[in-house]
Amino acid sequence: MTDQTPALRLEGIVKTFPGVRALDGVSLSVMPGEVHALMGENGAGKSTLMKVLGGIHQPDEGQIIVEEVPTVMTSPLQAKSKGIVFIHQELSLAEELSVAENIYLGELPRRSFGRVDWATLYARTDAILEKLKVGFNAKTIVGDLSIANQQMVEIARALTVEAKAVIFDEPTASLTDAEKVVLFDVISDLQSQGVGIIYISHRMEEIFKITDRISVLRDGSYRGTLETRNTNEEEVTQLMIGRALDLSRNASSHELGDVALEVRGLSCGNMFKDVSFEVRRGEVLGFYGLVGAGRTEIAETLFGLRDPNAGTILLDGEEVRISSPADAISKGISLVPEDRKGQGLVLGMNCRDNMTLPQVGDLSSGPFVAPGTETDIFDKYKEKLDIRTPGWKQTVGNLSGGNQQKIVIAKWLSMHPKVLIVDEPTRGIDVGSKSEIHNLIRELAAQGYAVIVVSSEMPEVLHVSDRIVAMFSGRVMRTFTSEEVTEESLIQAISGITATDKVA
Amino acid sequence: MEAGKLSKFLKNGAIWGFIVFELIFFSVAGQFLSLSDKAFMDVDNMLLLLKQSAPIGIIAMGMTIIMINGNIDLSVGAIFALSAVILLDSMTWTIFAGLGDWVIPVSWGLALLTGVVLGAINGLIVWKTGVDAFIVTLGSMLGFRGLVFMYNGENPTSNLNWTLVDFAEAQFLGLHTATWFLAVVTFVIWYVMTRTVHGRNAYAIGDNREAAVNAGIKVGPHMLINFMIIGFLAALSAVVFYSESGSVNPNDGQLYELWVITAVVLGGTKLTGGAGSILSTLGGVLAIQLLRKGLGHIGADTSTVNLVIGLILIAVLFLDRQLNTKGKEELKI
Repeated sequence: MTDQTPALRLEGIVKTFPGVRALDGVSLSVMPGEVHALMGENGAGKSTLMKVLGGIHQPDEGQIIVEEVPTVMTSPLQAKSKGIVFIHQELSLAEELSVAENIYLGELPRRSFGRVDWATLYARTDAILEKLKVGFNAKTIVGDLSIANQQMVEIARALTVEAKAVIFDEPTASLTDAEKVVLFDVISDLQSQGVGIIYISHRMEEIFKITDRISVLRDGSYRGTLETRNTNEEEVTQLMIGRALDLSRNASSHELGDVALEVRGLSCGNMFKDVSFEVRRGEVLGFYGLVGAGRTEIAETLFGLRDPNAGTILLDGEEVRISSPADAISKGISLVPEDRKGQGLVLGMNCRDNMTLPQVGDLSSGPFVAPGTETDIFDKYKEKLDIRTPGWKQTVGNLSGGNQQKIVIAKWLSMHPKVLIVDEPTRGIDVGSKSEIHNLIRELAAQGYAVIVVSSEMPEVLHVSDRIVAMFSGRVMRTFTSEEVTEESLIQAISGITATDKVA
Repeated sequence: MEAGKLSKFLKNGAIWGFIVFELIFFSVAGQFLSLSDKAFMDVDNMLLLLKQSAPIGIIAMGMTIIMINGNIDLSVGAIFALSAVILLDSMTWTIFAGLGDWVIPVSWGLALLTGVVLGAINGLIVWKTGVDAFIVTLGSMLGFRGLVFMYNGENPTSNLNWTLVDFAEAQFLGLHTATWFLAVVTFVIWYVMTRTVHGRNAYAIGDNREAAVNAGIKVGPHMLINFMIIGFLAALSAVVFYSESGSVNPNDGQLYELWVITAVVLGGTKLTGGAGSILSTLGGVLAIQLLRKGLGHIGADTSTVNLVIGLILIAVLFLDRQLNTKGKEELKI
């Protein structure tokens, strides 16, 4: 590999925005046939670097070199014509159009008078799809495909040109494990064809599974490149945050209180069936399972967003029916939703108003809001949760992910709920803030809150939970205590393996 | 000054800057082009301008709430007309014959009730069916207008009550009755949007409906109330206007919805909801009225006025995009 010329090289890239040095002399090289991971916390400069590479931003200094030819990128389309292709985390597909039309969007083969040459279009598309070994054809409507298959369409789009380097930006964010396997196959195919790959991800297991080298950015500057097989997660994390991340087990040392919430035989359509569990005051109950296992749906049912068709919910020993989020809130159940920006926050509003949103009516005198009381609450929880913002007037959309999440948590804490459900507590949050959120969850349990944590990250569930409910395709497979759980047994449970063992 | 404050100031103050520009432009241009020898910024002329702003302005306040809340109401012109018909016709109903001038508050009440009921119909449909407000109110715009025609065919409904006319033409502290109504409505709605729970929730619902639901806000009832508010204001606008004119044509109020929306958008309220300001809407209303009056002052005819307002609307929104950093990051098309 060493005697080859790099497929793509970035040299001393500097990019400054007013007041910020977003990239400070970053260099990176990708060999043909190499999978090169780019890692760093949110805000470390990964996206800016990719925007420079895609010609969306022009670098102040430094250059982009494609196969030893210095190149100026002016737009993603132009970058593509030079063989640099991006596969974004967020899909940008026209859902009503066919796979073929999406792949050749803007470049449809033509016949006379601007008519589309459908025959050529479908033939070319099917040739590409065959390479990817996917289960759909050129005429399939994109909207009918699963997210994973839509991502394949994005990848297919990348393959219409002779790609020299392909950049994957968090490609597995919305994929199931089975779908990930297919994606990794495609990546290794590309690899064997001599394409250089930049792989951006937060997920360590993936990084260690598929990459050859790992480059780390921190605060806009290059922190080093590691050979994947000669390093480990701790070393990478240390490079990323400048210190080690604590993910040790963490069972409560304090006494648990009464059962705050008990669920018996809860079912909801095809989402989940016959789910039973209980959570005590002072306890963190983790829910772990694959995407589609029904974890989030249980949380949504408890919060009144879905109607169960069987089963009972008991709060403090009394049976309750929860008809709406408003109802859930008044009964003392709160939900920190999975999608912070889409479901948890009003991004255009300021920090204080977001924090007091559910109780603005309770705080008011008659129909009039009470800004003074609201500001007091904000100040109190800003200090308590160490929320870093210049003041309550700051628009929530401008805060970092970790601080946004703290606002959502504070929103419920200030109402002293009986049960706090946190769905994906650290999704899209950088490593440093992650441990803060984890500590916060542990601390809340210690203060006597009953906390339910739903997560798709195993280290996280293991780290924060006292007990873990393992789910597989809508059913509870097993509930582990933190003493007995092992990574292996947990993986088996969520893959549906222990089920048969248990019965037998 | 903090970073971003200047652009924010420009954005929020832009409409008032535009008004100042209009005043100066028409005053200067009027010197050369006007047929009358009266100055554009003559006190009487300006007072009249405020009065003429009232019908659109009163409705625009309601539209601002509706749009902040993430909806739209296209039926305001039809509600305006139907409320006017009820106002004028009810004064002649035989059951009220013995009331003398006391028929006035009764008819006012009936007209306002009409507006509230029609608004509630819109709101209930939007809430209970989940159909987009644009479609629902497009339908009710046609439907309510149909009711106006059913009432009296193609004929105008007329009833001139001189007590009422005297009231409508009165001036208190220099301002006309209609101007006072606009001022009070503006203040009340401003207060509602900035100081009440209902206002706060309206912003939240418009900005992120799902997050609002998750915060336990009852989105449906809020929308219903807002549609009732705009129905009430459309009727109030009719009450103020027809108390003076005393005659309503079945086609009156047509295109009002578009003038109202234009004023609201000029004032910086986002079509997608979640952001907007009552005071800027007032600016938008005045800017449009100034433009109509100013162009008339320098001798332009109605068609020219419409062309210019259309161009300015697009120019202002383009400017807004340029000032707005988010606009810069959007994809080039």
